[in-house]
Amino acid sequence: MGKAWTFGENMNTDEIIPGRYNITIDPIELAKNVFCEVKPEYAKNFKPGDVIVGGQNFGCGSSREHAPIAIKGSQAKCVIAPSFARIFFRNAINIGLPILECPEAVADIAEGDDIEVNLSSGEIFNRTNGHQYQARPLPDFVLKIAEAGGIVNFLKEHDIQELLA
Amino acid sequence: MGTLIEEIFSRKVGNTVHTGEILLLDVDYIMSHDNTTPLAIKAFREIGKPIHDKSRIVIHLDHAYPAPNVLAAENHRKIIDFVKEQELPYLFQQGVCHQVMIEEGFVTPGSILIGADSHSNTYGAMGAFGTGLGSTEIGVAWVTGKCWFKVPETIRVELHGQTQQGVYAKDVMIHIAGLLGMDGGTYRSVEFGGDYIDQLPMHERIIFPNMSTEIGAKCGLIAADDVTINYLENETLAKGKGPFEQIRPVNPHYERVLEIDVSTLAPQIACHPDVDNVRPLGQVEGLEVQEVYIGTCTNARYEDLEIVANLLKGKRVNPYTRVIVTPASARIYKKALQNGLIEILMDAGCTVTGTGCGACIGRHGGILAPGERALTTMNRNFIGRMGSPLSEIYLASPATAAVTALTGRITDPRKSLETIS
Repeated sequence: MGKAWTFGENMNTDEIIPGRYNITIDPIELAKNVFCEVKPEYAKNFKPGDVIVGGQNFGCGSSREHAPIAIKGSQAKCVIAPSFARIFFRNAINIGLPILECPEAVADIAEGDDIEVNLSSGEIFNRTNGHQYQARPLPDFVLKIAEAGGIVNFLKEHDIQELLA
Repeated sequence: MGTLIEEIFSRKVGNTVHTGEILLLDVDYIMSHDNTTPLAIKAFREIGKPIHDKSRIVIHLDHAYPAPNVLAAENHRKIIDFVKEQELPYLFQQGVCHQVMIEEGFVTPGSILIGADSHSNTYGAMGAFGTGLGSTEIGVAWVTGKCWFKVPETIRVELHGQTQQGVYAKDVMIHIAGLLGMDGGTYRSVEFGGDYIDQLPMHERIIFPNMSTEIGAKCGLIAADDVTINYLENETLAKGKGPFEQIRPVNPHYERVLEIDVSTLAPQIACHPDVDNVRPLGQVEGLEVQEVYIGTCTNARYEDLEIVANLLKGKRVNPYTRVIVTPASARIYKKALQNGLIEILMDAGCTVTGTGCGACIGRHGGILAPGERALTTMNRNFIGRMGSPLSEIYLASPATAAVTALTGRITDPRKSLETIS
């Protein structure tokens, strides 16, 4: 379980990690400035297992992988949003940052709520208000990547053709 | 039979594909730049397998170039060492990646290009499938030569009529971004067509696929026609790579069709802080700006510089406004120099910089201070994009940028253009 940190709609990659910090690819370094312009207290106070709760079109803008890496570097359990921008969606899956699409959860979760997430089932439990939500299932081939912990790990063991097999 | 994206993908796989199918496609070119290549190299090393086809890999140094600090220089060093180590044939250091990709002839109708840059959608202007991806997938494609795609739904944007003098493709696209919104095209192919597009020269067409990224689109496409083929044969190194097929939509089923008459449109501005915060220029006219930036993969082609030079010829820009012009490539810079445009810009008080992306991503070459406002020919205006999070970015056409440079306030280009003509 972890604390919910809520963010607005159309959270773009410049807001997740501004271009001037993309001079490193180190997750821990990037995490020091993650969300620095929209919620500077996050980088100072996050705890491993906390949960990012975003608005629709989360991660829009640039293709920079630094954005999901910065979030992963902060050891967030996952990102929950009603919808994700397409490159961010692919990037998050590819680098092994769990993401869940769940409009119901986003509408109901408040900043600081205590959230429990079962990544394999997509069940989200709000311990603060006792509500439970079910995230949309991910396509099979996306699950294959997620279960391997990212596309790099998948390819160490498999041929790319096996993705759609 | 199908939308343009279905037609392009069907040609590629050799059988008819339909919306919703997941495909593993052979990729023709894999593009990355100095901001995104290091992570691709990291993924490549971790996978631990050899490169599938070196001749498909194209790497550019443009995002922080020439290096504005030691870290960026080290970054470039790592990339160049990798290119040497792997004996990769294509490394470019003379322009904004998307412009160079087109000039060098990598972008041809029906080809599949992926780029570790969100504006890789630009390649759709040539009737190619271009899309932005993250670095890890670029590393994966280096090894496999392949990438997965879901065949997207298509939004058709049908553009009719002729724009007024002073209204350009940029104004039309900003208007579309305002109508569809920042996520209006998410996961979609956005197809641009109609009689307005048909008569449009290539440097103007490019704006639409380029900025389809701003509405979340997977790709922005314009069907290849004679304009495309002539451009490829005469303006790029694709000459001789043909014959090029003019792939078109055939009995397409569109998720949505947006019909727009461009003839009544005024110059448009995308206002701080979102690209879909769009107003006709008149509503923000007179707003003071501290910087005018003319550059980027959107609007820094030769014809853009020509428009700006025509409006600035024999005049001086506002003395309290920084006016920066960054040609999109060395080829463009050279042509502008040969034809006297650079001299006009310099005489007018512009700072003409070497080519690159630095200002647009807040790295160097035009960074904004807190409280400053810029009018730019860029494609996005996220908070803090060009520097301080307390600065503001307004997006407009090169003509609007030029007349705004003269006054230091957002200005309508139509009156000045009437005077010139």
